[in-house]
Amino acid sequence: MSTPTLNPRLQEIADDFNAMSGKDRLQLLLEFSRELPALPDRYAEHHDLLEPVPECQSPLFLAVEVEPDATVHLFFEAPAEAPTTRGFASILHAGLDGLNADEVLATPGEFTSQLGLQDLVSPLRLRGMAAMLARIKRQIRDQRG
Amino acid sequence: MRLTVALPNDSAAKLQEYAHPEMIVTTEWVAEHLDDPGLVVAESDEDVLLYETGHIPGAVKLDWHTELNDPVTRDYVDGPGFARLMSDKGISRDTTLVLYGDRNNWWAAYALWVCSLFGHPDVRLMDGGRAKWIAEGRPISTEEPKRPHTDYPVTDRDDTHIRAFREQVLAHLGQPMIDVRSPGEYSGELLHMPDYPQEGALRGGHIPGARSVPWARAAAEDATFRSRAELEAIYLGEAGLHPGDDVVVYCRIGERSSHTWFVLTHLLGFGHVRNYDGSWTEWGNTVRVPITRGDSP
Repeated sequence: MSTPTLNPRLQEIADDFNAMSGKDRLQLLLEFSRELPALPDRYAEHHDLLEPVPECQSPLFLAVEVEPDATVHLFFEAPAEAPTTRGFASILHAGLDGLNADEVLATPGEFTSQLGLQDLVSPLRLRGMAAMLARIKRQIRDQRG
Repeated sequence: MRLTVALPNDSAAKLQEYAHPEMIVTTEWVAEHLDDPGLVVAESDEDVLLYETGHIPGAVKLDWHTELNDPVTRDYVDGPGFARLMSDKGISRDTTLVLYGDRNNWWAAYALWVCSLFGHPDVRLMDGGRAKWIAEGRPISTEEPKRPHTDYPVTDRDDTHIRAFREQVLAHLGQPMIDVRSPGEYSGELLHMPDYPQEGALRGGHIPGARSVPWARAAAEDATFRSRAELEAIYLGEAGLHPGDDVVVYCRIGERSSHTWFVLTHLLGFGHVRNYDGSWTEWGNTVRVPITRGDSP
């Protein structure tokens, strides 16, 4: 069974997680959660433009923009009381924002299981990140028609 | 059954209204007793990282996903596993264990229910949970406590009194049952929303006869439990339950219904409430069990 390849940025993130011991992986996820960029005003003031992701246990909203040259921009909002959800969003932002639409679409759905977090976070919680990725891809396809 | 009560009960007036006031403490009580040697405070959250962002000083973390569940079988840890977990956390059999957490103590109530399966003699819930402690400006810490390892005895898990399995729920049809999920999950419409991955169940709806009382109705705006009179209006008035009833509660995987189990058992004094932890993710996937769609029981 071959592991689908990740883009270099996501691969680096996955390598960083896997190089650490269990407790440090959680700390790294916590650092990601703190680095999630705040929403720009055009979304912060227009929440209706964001798509809810109910598969996350805590409320998460996201927006996807595809520029004419197919560059993808991602926007997320999750409350401070949901650091795990924020951490997942932040990983996707760090790994995918600014890439070409085709590169984002090529991200394997099972990428979330390559971070070494199953035992620490539980597969159930990781489903939230997989759902974010699925919705990002769907929005990209919708926007490209 | 109480074997030892290491710490005094909380005498706060609001708590005395409840059927078992010894099962619940206020944030004031926790602040006052935080350094008492017989006490361990444990935080149990939906979010697995929330504890790391800051917790009650000295509190240990108890995560249901990764610690209270068996990693392979869909079940809770067994007697030796629970003893190992408690020992690692520095909890003894005679420890007064106070649980609190996020989201109206939803997960803390779940942890308390699991501790009750093992008959931990003195386990209590901190009313209002994490949100109230923080709202009151009480101290939080990111320092991980170093509690000395204990030798918690191996005790059998007793699944007979407060836990229900599918076969028992089938035999219970027609008797009082409460579905504590959201109205959309209860009616079955949630599985039909376009583009939403299913919540792990192939069929939507509820167990025939189950009444809908979403679990969070038991919580006030400040995350504390509603007063006894308010709770009686909901569960005895609206839902038509009687404290002598044999009641089964369920949700999706048995977490939210632990909260309702706590309310019925310890706040309202019901004598026989069982949590069906298989819940909708089992029932909604089971061949040939009856299901009702829509808003009525």
